[in-house]
Amino acid sequence: MKSMEELVNVYFRPGRLPHLWCPGCGNGVILGALLKAIDAEGLEKDNVAIISGIGCSSRASGYVDFNTANTLHGRALPISTGLKMARPDLNVITLSGDGDCSAIGGNHLIHAVRRNVGLTLVVFNNSIYGMTGGQYSPLTPIGSRATTAPYLTIEPSFDILALAQAAGATFTARATTYHVPVLVDVLRKGIRHDGFSIIEVVTGCPTNFGRQNKIGAPALMMEWQKDHAVPRAAWEKLDDEARRGKFPIGVLFERTDEKEYTKAYDEIIERAQAAKKEETA
Amino acid sequence: MLKFYTERCKGCGICAYFCPRGVLEVTELNKSAIKSGKEKDCISCGQCEMRCPDFAIFVQKEGA
Repeated sequence: MKSMEELVNVYFRPGRLPHLWCPGCGNGVILGALLKAIDAEGLEKDNVAIISGIGCSSRASGYVDFNTANTLHGRALPISTGLKMARPDLNVITLSGDGDCSAIGGNHLIHAVRRNVGLTLVVFNNSIYGMTGGQYSPLTPIGSRATTAPYLTIEPSFDILALAQAAGATFTARATTYHVPVLVDVLRKGIRHDGFSIIEVVTGCPTNFGRQNKIGAPALMMEWQKDHAVPRAAWEKLDDEARRGKFPIGVLFERTDEKEYTKAYDEIIERAQAAKKEETA
Repeated sequence: MLKFYTERCKGCGICAYFCPRGVLEVTELNKSAIKSGKEKDCISCGQCEMRCPDFAIFVQKEGA
């Protein structure tokens, strides 16, 4: 097992640190956890593709030495799907933010989930559009202050994992930037899952969410995660009243009864080739 | 033993907050550093390394 310093030396492109994320931004913790997970799974650099959309989260792909692409706003999943179709042998890991994935890319999300494409989607949920200056996203909790909601948001937010599950997800998990070992664990399981896996990571945006909502220092945003996240086993035992305002972490849903998309597509190829042989015979 | 990459540190204070022994502080220059007089108090628990979002602080094993 490599130390974190060794992981940085092995997997970061030279000269990319310091990264551009704000002081106290949790995105660096998620990227570090992803490197730990990839290394622990023993994946070769050339067999990993990291595809991201647009936003603070999506800058992550540019820092690391894999096959990477920083693509279009909300469109990381279609491009990842195309890549996986062309190269089913690759471990395709898609990085996206809450705005990128649930708003402009919401449609792509539900269909990638429905098709069970063998991707690992990591949603950096910082509850805000950070890069563009703090506009509220579909995952901003109701009653929050944002640049576009100076008198607080009145819209209920998505539970993105419930959304994915309703669309037919075969693997959903959640972690936070406070619960690093849980995060590494669910990333590893998500990478191993044969089918579409979605991992929501609750992270803090001290600059654009924390400041507007008077949460305070970055460390206090992590304290908030510690106080509000409940491991799944404990969550199952809570009644509705005790669950109010809290959220479960860990692997929340997993099933293996559905064929992964590129494997199902191989069957089309076989059928088409068999039909062609009959025609020419 | 702690190893700092000072140029990566942005002074967010997460390491100092979570250090169980109060070894770390954010200096006037907005960088994480060991408090004077606390040099021998680090127990190498790795909290700072695990929580640092900037890859700026690492715990090194003695003799490594």
